[in-house]
Amino acid sequence: MRRISTPVAYFVMLLLTIVSASRTQASWEEKLAAADGQTVRFNAWAGSPAINGYIAWVGDEVHSRYGVTLDHVKITDASEAVARIVAERAAGRETNGSVDLLWINGENFHALKRAELLHGPFAFELPNFRLVDTDGKPTTLIDFTVPTDGYESPWGMAQFVLLYDSAALPEPPRSTSALGDWIAANPGRFTHPAPPDFIGTTFLKQLLLDTTPDRAPLGGPVDEATAADLTAPLWAWLDEASPHFWRRGRAFPSDGQALHQLLDDGEVTMSLSFNPGEASQLIAAGRLPETVRTTTFAAGTIGNTHFVAIPASSSSKVGAEIVANFLLSPVAQARKQDPRIWGDPTVLDLDRLDAADRALFEALPLGVATLPPAALGPTLAEPHPSWVDWLEREWQRRVQG
Amino acid sequence: MSTPFAVWPPLTWGILVAPVVAGLLGTLAPAFGYLPAIGLTRPGLEAFVELLALPGVWVSVALTLCTTLAATALAWLLACAFVASTTALPRARPLRRLLSPLLAAPHVAIALGLAFLVAPSGFLIRLVSPALSGLTSPPLWVFPGDPFGIALVLALVVKEMPFLVLMLLAAQAGRPVERQLLAARSLGHGPLAAWSVAVLPQLYPSLRLPLFAVIAYGASPVDMALVLGPSVPPVLAVRVIELLGHPDLVHWATGAAAAVLLLALAGLAMVAWWLCEWPVQTLAKRLLRRGPPARPRVSFALPALVVPAAVGVAGLASLAVMMLWSIAGRWRFPDSWPDDLHLDAWIAAPDQLGVALLVTAGLALVVGLAATSLALLCLEAETHRSRPVPARWQLWLYLPLVVPQAAFLFGIQVLLVALRVDGSLTAVALVHLTFVLPYAFLALAGAVRTFDPRWALVGRSLGHRPGAVFWRIKLPMLAAPVATAFALSVAVSAALYLPTLFAGSGQVRTLALEAVALASSDRRSAGVVVTLLAALPMCAFLLAALVRARVERRA
Repeated sequence: MRRISTPVAYFVMLLLTIVSASRTQASWEEKLAAADGQTVRFNAWAGSPAINGYIAWVGDEVHSRYGVTLDHVKITDASEAVARIVAERAAGRETNGSVDLLWINGENFHALKRAELLHGPFAFELPNFRLVDTDGKPTTLIDFTVPTDGYESPWGMAQFVLLYDSAALPEPPRSTSALGDWIAANPGRFTHPAPPDFIGTTFLKQLLLDTTPDRAPLGGPVDEATAADLTAPLWAWLDEASPHFWRRGRAFPSDGQALHQLLDDGEVTMSLSFNPGEASQLIAAGRLPETVRTTTFAAGTIGNTHFVAIPASSSSKVGAEIVANFLLSPVAQARKQDPRIWGDPTVLDLDRLDAADRALFEALPLGVATLPPAALGPTLAEPHPSWVDWLEREWQRRVQG
Repeated sequence: MSTPFAVWPPLTWGILVAPVVAGLLGTLAPAFGYLPAIGLTRPGLEAFVELLALPGVWVSVALTLCTTLAATALAWLLACAFVASTTALPRARPLRRLLSPLLAAPHVAIALGLAFLVAPSGFLIRLVSPALSGLTSPPLWVFPGDPFGIALVLALVVKEMPFLVLMLLAAQAGRPVERQLLAARSLGHGPLAAWSVAVLPQLYPSLRLPLFAVIAYGASPVDMALVLGPSVPPVLAVRVIELLGHPDLVHWATGAAAAVLLLALAGLAMVAWWLCEWPVQTLAKRLLRRGPPARPRVSFALPALVVPAAVGVAGLASLAVMMLWSIAGRWRFPDSWPDDLHLDAWIAAPDQLGVALLVTAGLALVVGLAATSLALLCLEAETHRSRPVPARWQLWLYLPLVVPQAAFLFGIQVLLVALRVDGSLTAVALVHLTFVLPYAFLALAGAVRTFDPRWALVGRSLGHRPGAVFWRIKLPMLAAPVATAFALSVAVSAALYLPTLFAGSGQVRTLALEAVALASSDRRSAGVVVTLLAALPMCAFLLAALVRARVERRA
């Protein structure tokens, strides 16, 4: 077998790259033309004025840049839109579904992907996807242990953090057991949103990861035979702590936003968030006291990525892809990370940006309550999505039963 | 005799009855295992078995029954006390006007304000802290959101008492109340007792259906329960909504079964209420036979006014604190007043709530006009009938109000999805119309039915056709009650939460939906929504007052 000389091989590879790049380029140009005039109904959680404001800005931008009309369908939980997509399929609606783009991750993505209700794979073909930090942020490709396979496009990074009022609590607990001790010593000043709210469920998952003797089985589907043993320490922790919760553990806030409100009201001293920049954003918006700070557990907290996906029944798929691509653009990602706007960390690799785009990020203030990336500590992987439903049901059985 | 008005009653009847019946069928079928679209083809009771195995479902059932009956009984007692004492004390009558903003304010607006008013870190505690209470951090009460639903009962009473007062006053109007009271007083009864023995028994029969409507609403107060709890477990109606919104379709049948259970509970509560009428009646008769006390006791009219008035004030204060929040800067416990006031939330409002405001106002306008017109045309058709309308007809009118909303809206959604009109404004408007029509009817019926027929006779004798008589004589003379019916319709439409959520598939965003969505997040934005929600019906009522003033001036 003759060996191909290295320069020739390089030349061929270069040629191939150019050809394939221009092909994607050409088809993307076609898509841009096709998308002009399309309306994209973006179903996105709308519980935060800051996020709604950001989505409104995206709408203005994609309209003036590409002629795409973005219609923010405000929902209170992604599962609402998932239920609607499933119901429309059940009613036999294959096209013209009511959702064109959906803010999603985890068990909702898993459910739609498994039921083959998603358009794709499209994410890897988006021109801006090459800027995504797939090496440094592996959760941009693996969502709750399930490979995305290009059926959803990354939008932002999340890491579970604890908010605390430093005026009342100078040294926050930095582990699950320290948190338990603090709760017992300060009754009534801690709570978490009621699962199935995702912050509430994430808190349960964090406790599970911290208390279970063996994390390995959590990466796979729930095995009813071993689940009770794996979760026993978690329930023991809760049994001990929850009588000292806010309202003696007999009422829970409905979601993370309600918990932040309790922190602002002084009813609790700590709050929980999946966005390391949220505390700064809320302080800037006058919704939390300036003494609030952020911390994580020293041994690590759960981290994941949130995405956008396109249902197969959408009739504006091209328009939706163009919006997904715009959401990955450096200008949109930098604005999203701005703690004065939203404060949601980027999915991009700053090293892959050109100098001008990188400057957009470097010019951003960190925010008074935001930890620098290095101080966030290790991120822990999400358990398999089947744990979400299992933990929620078990929690309800124990608390409501 | 066939007149141009004969088509309207059957059409209106259809709008009132068809959605409820279709909705109930669409809920019953999946509950009993039949909805092929989601793979249910074997009829059976599996969904109910699944439902009863849910954790805490019996607590939810008990909570639903107790909060419903407690709220209805309290609202009823207070409404009677209020009407009796304001009838006895003419000087207290202006207080009745105080209740109209509460009548117009949507449930969720009251719930949000009340939640802030009575929370451990709420307005009342802030007023007395730290100076009087010595508190520098909020006390550790399990309230609101208490596991017994006391906060929920309070909120329901604030909202339903004014409705029952209105219904009592409407039933009392046109009766020789003053003379009957005088007669009872001359027999030696005190002012309250006189009203209770001489007036109330006559009014009660026409109050039974409004009371059942209050029971039905109390059984499915989803928007209020989401704000005021209880949360673990919640009342049954909230679980219905949770189950029907679950992404896994397996839960839908369970949700439908829960809706059927809710229907049964509301029925049970109504039967319980009806059964309680007997012992109360027997007791009242025995007391009556014993006659009034020998020595006239002190008048309880003033004390009887205190609690209902306090409830009214609590409701108004709830709206007021939310309005204050809409312009508040930093406002933390234990400060009783915000650090500063600014309009940031209002400046952001056009972007964030503009569409919702337009949709709400547009819907209210269209639905209000349609409901008022239909009610008017039906009542006009009545006057052209040779035989009087059977009283049974009235029962149908109440159908959309006495069936708990959560029990049949899912069925309507299934129907709308099948017809491919779900999530459209038209679908929402049609469903709104079903709920608004009864109120338009109630507001108009009295005035149209007591309209002096001789006016029409004069018109006919001048050679006008029935249509022309209606348009040129009757309508201008009835302008004031028509305007009031329209205003009431606007208020009802703007407040509808569940019907909008289901018919609109959550996609038609009205202010009532935004209020629930913002309930937990930003109090300033929520304050803006509550203010808009309260302002919209107030504008309509103001319009009605202007029309009335104009008519009175012309007369």
